[in-house]
Amino acid sequence: MNIIVCIKQVPDPEIPPARFQIDPEGKKVLPPEGVAPVISVFDERAVEVALRLKDKHQAKVTVITIGPPAAKKAVRYALSMGADTGIHVQQDMVEEPDSFESAHILARAIEKAGEYSLILCGRQAADWDAGQVGSIIAENLGIPVLTVARKVDLIDGKWRVESVIQDGYRIMQTPMPALVTVSSEIGLPRLPTGIGIIKATKAKIIEWSLNDIGADLSGIRRSEILKLYIPVREAKCHIVEADTVPEAAQKLALRLREVKII
Amino acid sequence: MIAESKGVMICAELVVNGGLAAISMELLGVGRNLADNLGEELSVLLMGSEIGPSLSLEAIACGADRVYVADNPLLSLYNSDVYTEVAAKVCRQVKPSIMLLGQTDMGRDIAPRLAARIGGGLAMDCIDLSIDHETGLMLQTRPVFGGNARAVMVTPTARPQMATIRPKTMPPIGRDETRQGDVVSVEASMEESVIKTEIIEIVQEEVTGVKLEEADIIVTGGRGIGSAEGFEIIRELSQVLGGAVGATRAACDEGMAPAPIQVGQTGKIVSPNLYIAIALSGAVQHLAGCSGSKHIVAINTDPEAYIFKVAEFGIIGNYKEVLPPLIEKCRELLAQ
Repeated sequence: MNIIVCIKQVPDPEIPPARFQIDPEGKKVLPPEGVAPVISVFDERAVEVALRLKDKHQAKVTVITIGPPAAKKAVRYALSMGADTGIHVQQDMVEEPDSFESAHILARAIEKAGEYSLILCGRQAADWDAGQVGSIIAENLGIPVLTVARKVDLIDGKWRVESVIQDGYRIMQTPMPALVTVSSEIGLPRLPTGIGIIKATKAKIIEWSLNDIGADLSGIRRSEILKLYIPVREAKCHIVEADTVPEAAQKLALRLREVKII
Repeated sequence: MIAESKGVMICAELVVNGGLAAISMELLGVGRNLADNLGEELSVLLMGSEIGPSLSLEAIACGADRVYVADNPLLSLYNSDVYTEVAAKVCRQVKPSIMLLGQTDMGRDIAPRLAARIGGGLAMDCIDLSIDHETGLMLQTRPVFGGNARAVMVTPTARPQMATIRPKTMPPIGRDETRQGDVVSVEASMEESVIKTEIIEIVQEEVTGVKLEEADIIVTGGRGIGSAEGFEIIRELSQVLGGAVGATRAACDEGMAPAPIQVGQTGKIVSPNLYIAIALSGAVQHLAGCSGSKHIVAINTDPEAYIFKVAEFGIIGNYKEVLPPLIEKCRELLAQ
């Protein structure tokens, strides 16, 4: 059984807000100096789901990413967790691809990679937070899609997926092949092992160009960014002070009542 | 494509007992606004089973010019395959220039599938939508990079221009019983082969008290709370205020609070009227989940904590000393 996981490398979302900077002209986020980019949190969990299925049912796990040469690091990380094969689709567009372009490229790469029973994606990438690529890939490939999974299992040859909803979850079943997007409720991803790291360092990552996979992006793009900005936080914090802590607390309650917040 | 498309359509959501969900009113509000700016019609797509006429009248009273009713027993329970199919069918027929959904379990699920199928361009989780008067395009403002930045996006040529809206960020318009509108019944049948996914069970997890997403007031504890017992007093404050309890990822990871109440980029995204942030520093990924709150109050021992930069009111102090008198005073004020 082949499982494909689509992953993306993103700027580390754990940086303190003060270090977050953008280039408003270029409508780009400037990578913080000295902080290495990481595999997007939900994608890391998608790799974890694939590896759990591999542990239980035996499967070959292939990870695919699109991006500049540095994005290969994310692939190596997934390999060090236990994935079997890594594919890097070189993407050197001036502008980042939009969701439809990314989905188009990934769908072509998935088709070139061969047969599959399951495609896993993170529910959204932790950079642009678009949350569309997985579903569009499924529509492009004409396969069922189940989103925001907290559990994925294989029962009687069908995918059994628990999907997170507001007050709980829905248990659904769908035939192979299918695409599932993974949420953080799946649980913590495993850490790379020593052997995994050695294997990943030595592993040969398959490199494809857009031409290699027959991806033609003309007319695919549907969204444009007009403006990128950092919202001005208007809040000037009013620190409530008093001689004693209980007095300050009471003052705060009164103040909130005064301005009709409570 | 552009020339043919006209009008604003919203995809309404129903609640279990059959009424229009709060998000539907918000969609009607922003939809009305966009339609008026364009001088075009606002229509509503109602999908369900045995939809009574009162729902259509309600939608008209809340801003709709036209209601498309897709009624089919297959629509009684939400199924992504079925809903996507029906919504796509109606969109192909009506050809709206703008199509809006909620950033909800349903909207988040079908919007990208629908966009892919009907050729639309989509911006998810928008917090503001308006019309650019020069180009007539819909400007879609959405938080990106975990809420650190905002992007204004457009869909230049693909139609419809689609967006999902974050709950509680766009106000409904006033109800007007005298408003007139049409109700059109649309064909909602489909080949059974389109239904690939089967719903086995819907599991409702027990939520005690107010739901996070619906709460007007949320009291959230961070790592600094220190223990699961420490969350008791957080809960007490939330109860006194009639609100819900939230927790940061750190607090959940360390077992102080259950994962379903996590607020942040990888948890729930909330926009209450009042957000009380206690013993949490204000990491990027946490603010991503609560920066839409109208008023933020911070309680923290560290005056340098980032949360004070986004809060409106703050107390520098240990929550164990601040909360008991705060709870007492709130109780007293609210009893008046």
